[in-house]
Amino acid sequence: MTQPSGHHHDHGAAGAHVHPTRPDDEGPLGYYQRMEIAVRELLIEKGTIDPDDLRRTIEAMDQRSPAQGARVVARAWCDPAFKARLLDNGTAACEELGIAMGPTKLVVVENRPGLHNLIVCTLCSCYPRNLLGLPPDWYKSRNYRSRAVREPRAVLAEFGTVLADDVEVRVHDSTADMRYLVLPERPAGSEGMGETELAALVTRDAMIGVTTVRRN
Amino acid sequence: MRSHHDMGGQPAGPVARTEHDYAFWEKRVDALMVLLSSPKHRLLNVDELRRNIEALPPDAYDRMSYYERWISAICNTLLQRGAITTDELARKMTEIEAREGAA
Amino acid sequence: MREKGRPEAALSMKAAASWSVTPAEPYRFRPGDRVAVRRADVPGHIRTPWYIRGRQGVIERICGTFPNPEELAYNRPGLPAQPLYRVRFRQADVWPDYAGPPADTIEVEIYQHWLEPA
Repeated sequence: MTQPSGHHHDHGAAGAHVHPTRPDDEGPLGYYQRMEIAVRELLIEKGTIDPDDLRRTIEAMDQRSPAQGARVVARAWCDPAFKARLLDNGTAACEELGIAMGPTKLVVVENRPGLHNLIVCTLCSCYPRNLLGLPPDWYKSRNYRSRAVREPRAVLAEFGTVLADDVEVRVHDSTADMRYLVLPERPAGSEGMGETELAALVTRDAMIGVTTVRRN
Repeated sequence: MRSHHDMGGQPAGPVARTEHDYAFWEKRVDALMVLLSSPKHRLLNVDELRRNIEALPPDAYDRMSYYERWISAICNTLLQRGAITTDELARKMTEIEAREGAA
Repeated sequence: MREKGRPEAALSMKAAASWSVTPAEPYRFRPGDRVAVRRADVPGHIRTPWYIRGRQGVIERICGTFPNPEELAYNRPGLPAQPLYRVRFRQADVWPDYAGPPADTIEVEIYQHWLEPA
């Protein structure tokens, strides 16, 4: 992680004290919220962790969003050589665009006529968080995790994505060390659009594979 | 026997497309996991976290929120590793309850 | 064991090699090989989902070699690292009552020690 040089925040947001202004920190604390405070304070008191490191980790988390993934997708649509590199090694290609991928080993799977990809993690909640930020609640839900592998077309239909029978639906269960990003199909009628304009069309859900990209 | 967390293919209802902005305490839990598993600390690894989540009884797994499961598993891993002790944790949680109030 | 009409195996061996951890078990399978997932019912932290155990599929790509998560879960090193594969299954072979067209597929990452030649 990059260390800001000669720069001091005097509000150690993730530090030993709790911010009263945050709604979730108001009122009586639940058991697990007290556990979080206790674990964090113990580790800081013991010198095991540095509160500034924790703050920087949260700041880095807040910087990540699906906009990063959208930028990658739009570049792949506009630059065939980049797309080839992206499909070859997703991590290295994203890093070319200045995205900090950390330990993420990214595999990009491409939608094309006759093939639609869908990502799930049935065992927990594996997600390309360094690229897209934290996952939506439904991705981590029992209903999505249970059904996406067995009845993907029914799940897709719930997201408004109805696919013809001659389109292969390929589900990817992220069970181990790889993380997955769907490269959606470039929408029809977008030929004249530039990369920035295209990126604005790309949604998080399309990069998980529950929807497709439409021209606005 | 299939584990409760290993739910691929099990019958379940429609996907409720709910989302919420992550609360600050949830982000802190997430950041704690990222930091403690980083090369700088190596105080836990993601498979230890998962093992401790998977060890939750099924009713607790379903009842607890996502980051409640995480902080419970982080805490258990740190106890197993000896990075903190049960006694330290008990005293600290009592202190916090007195200081901040409890639900 | 090898089949004609191989999957497109997008991920290069170069990427897989750059991600690999050593020392590692040697690779037993190559893209295109038919494999069966072992049937096993054991406690512990296991990344092979229940629904895929006992099913047969085809190696789609080699992902690299990674410490065994079943050992990492107990804070042991998990070495030698296990080869990790993406295995492609026909949905109809996974779910006898699968409702979609026969061409639908599912891919799962599986460590080598869970795979047998088929």
